[in-house]
Amino acid sequence: MTDLITPITMPKFGLAMTEGKITSWNIPSGAHVEAGQEIADIETTKITNGYESPASGTLRRRIATEGETLPVGALLGVLAEPAVSDADIDAFIAKFQADFSSGSTADTQADHAEPIMVSVGDLTLRVQEAGQGDATPVLFIHGFGGDLGNWMLNQNALSTDRRTITFDLPGHGGSSKNVGDGTPAGFAATTAALLDKLAITSVHVVAHSLGGAIALDLARTCPQKVASLSLIAPAGLGQGINMDFIEGFISADRRKTLEPVLNYLVHDKTLISRQMVEDIIRFKRLDGAIQGLQTIAKACFPHGRQAEDLRPVLVSFSGPAQIIWGEADEVLSPDDAKNLPDTIPVTLLPLTGHMPQLEKAADVNAALIKFVK
Amino acid sequence: MSKKSFRQAINEALRQEMQRDPRVILMGEDIAGGQGGSAGIVDAWGGVLGVTKGLYTEFGPERVFDTPISEASYIGAAVGAAATGLRPVAELMFVDFVGSCLDQIMNQAAKFRYMFGGKARTPLVIRAMYGAGFNAAAQHSQALYPLFTHIPGLKVVVPSSPYEAKGLLIEAIRDDDPVIFLENKVMYDDEEEVPDEPYSIPFGEANLTREGDDVTIVAFGRMVNFANEAADRLEKDGISCTVIDPRTTSPLDSATILECVEDTGRLVIVDESSPRCNMATDVAALVAEQAFDALKAPIRQVVPPHTPVPFATVLEKLYLPDAARIESAVRSVMAYKKTKQDA
Repeated sequence: MTDLITPITMPKFGLAMTEGKITSWNIPSGAHVEAGQEIADIETTKITNGYESPASGTLRRRIATEGETLPVGALLGVLAEPAVSDADIDAFIAKFQADFSSGSTADTQADHAEPIMVSVGDLTLRVQEAGQGDATPVLFIHGFGGDLGNWMLNQNALSTDRRTITFDLPGHGGSSKNVGDGTPAGFAATTAALLDKLAITSVHVVAHSLGGAIALDLARTCPQKVASLSLIAPAGLGQGINMDFIEGFISADRRKTLEPVLNYLVHDKTLISRQMVEDIIRFKRLDGAIQGLQTIAKACFPHGRQAEDLRPVLVSFSGPAQIIWGEADEVLSPDDAKNLPDTIPVTLLPLTGHMPQLEKAADVNAALIKFVK
Repeated sequence: MSKKSFRQAINEALRQEMQRDPRVILMGEDIAGGQGGSAGIVDAWGGVLGVTKGLYTEFGPERVFDTPISEASYIGAAVGAAATGLRPVAELMFVDFVGSCLDQIMNQAAKFRYMFGGKARTPLVIRAMYGAGFNAAAQHSQALYPLFTHIPGLKVVVPSSPYEAKGLLIEAIRDDDPVIFLENKVMYDDEEEVPDEPYSIPFGEANLTREGDDVTIVAFGRMVNFANEAADRLEKDGISCTVIDPRTTSPLDSATILECVEDTGRLVIVDESSPRCNMATDVAALVAEQAFDALKAPIRQVVPPHTPVPFATVLEKLYLPDAARIESAVRSVMAYKKTKQDA
């Protein structure tokens, strides 16, 4: 009978998550849910996110109570068809809880490998791989001041049938702090070298913000490596850039000054958690981090404008390309997505800021999955 | 990034700064270890609690050396070496031994920059263990950071965790002024995630380890952990606390302390040093003078009694502030009601 019962367990949003708090159930006990429907809100030290049902069925039991904090993998609830008897569900729960407390299922959700350090030329890059399968791999490229954690709500969703790779660009996260000349072209060359090192010939590229400009440079220099382009609030398509964000990100050195700068990133300001601010402050304290950011800002945004116009690259790119943008983006304007060929779909997300992949993870993941299939 | 102990974090800070800057040298009693010991083993100890272990082997006798048991001579030598171009990190072993070399610190190192009109720099770090709870008796258990804080010209660091220790020690070594860096001897095996790369944490910037609305707790060094523990317990009862780790007692981030007290209106200070003229009285005076109108209750200090640190284990436990005492102090300021009507 157990194959008719689906456990709903505490998900793992990103590498650092070990536990989460159910802030609210969105579905009453006994109601029918569809796969992908948001059934609960889960809060972690980093972010609060809707949790989508892994399957369709009736929510027969809600085990976790609102406000409860539980480890990753813990049983939150049980889905099953009405035909399944209560006795079978009770037996299923008892067995799950016994196995979970003995540790045998604790890591079933958390099979995320640790990031590895990969040497690329003189640089060491921090790389996080997930998934396996024959489908074309997905490479995620983060933006200015970001790191591979920016994809914590996306990487697993794309990893069901393929290899996916997130990494820290030079100067960011746990990678070497030498950023070279700091241009998107320079980062694109490093990205190409990383793909060679990982023995990957072709990838779907998902890129955010400045990562978008890097992806376009990669498509220009190594078109054979780029199976498709999914650009999220990309740089390279216009001139404007919120320099208060760029300069503030570089100069703010404590929570009080950094938090207002990070508020530019999202529409829902409550998403900027204490932990997120602290993680960025810690990154900026690393030797060479601030100098690296300064070099990038100078190379990419001289005189307060974007240096490089990569529109022609996007227009002439032979593979499929799409653009996803938050309508309330305060860093790069979604107007930059106007006047592109009709062959490039543009998804504009309402009430969304500069980081749709965090703020509207479900919508972004749906668009990405549809695109790479 | 990996989990490192307080001891490993300090060792890594020393190693990375020695790799980066050839002027950084280490000196102290038994830090290379075993010279003159019966078996003649080199690098056997790494200091009495093993903090510098491996550095003698990596950097050799030119840069890591054992000194005679004469604090006055080697601390004096370190002050002179700093004034003439090296960046020494001298280990005083137990901070209680400062009595033997206070002139070198108080009248020499601390005064050079001022008395030579800014033309002399003294980039010296003195590391020392402090604190009770190790059953090491009255001459090896004191928390003497207020003594150094009292002396203009010294910077004083009291780290509260492995992450803090590494970043603050790197900052101390790069600083051009004499810095007293005090390590709680009970914390050497505490572990947390510490970046492998070098990083520095600026002096004079407090860290808020908890943020709440009801009570501000200011705590120093190891006491920050007890304050966090108390705050987490109180949170479950609906009392939310801000916990401030000032990181450095000199310079002191008074702006952050005042701002937090203005937000919460209540202040508890936790300090394991002797209660007269310590950091608790210093912070209490600051707030009483500059944020009096914000206070909704009297300031409470959680401090040991004014006695030498007892050797007997039960008495030593009774002597030290702990999470339970902090919790009860917070509850008492929350329960306080003004009896007289404001005029």
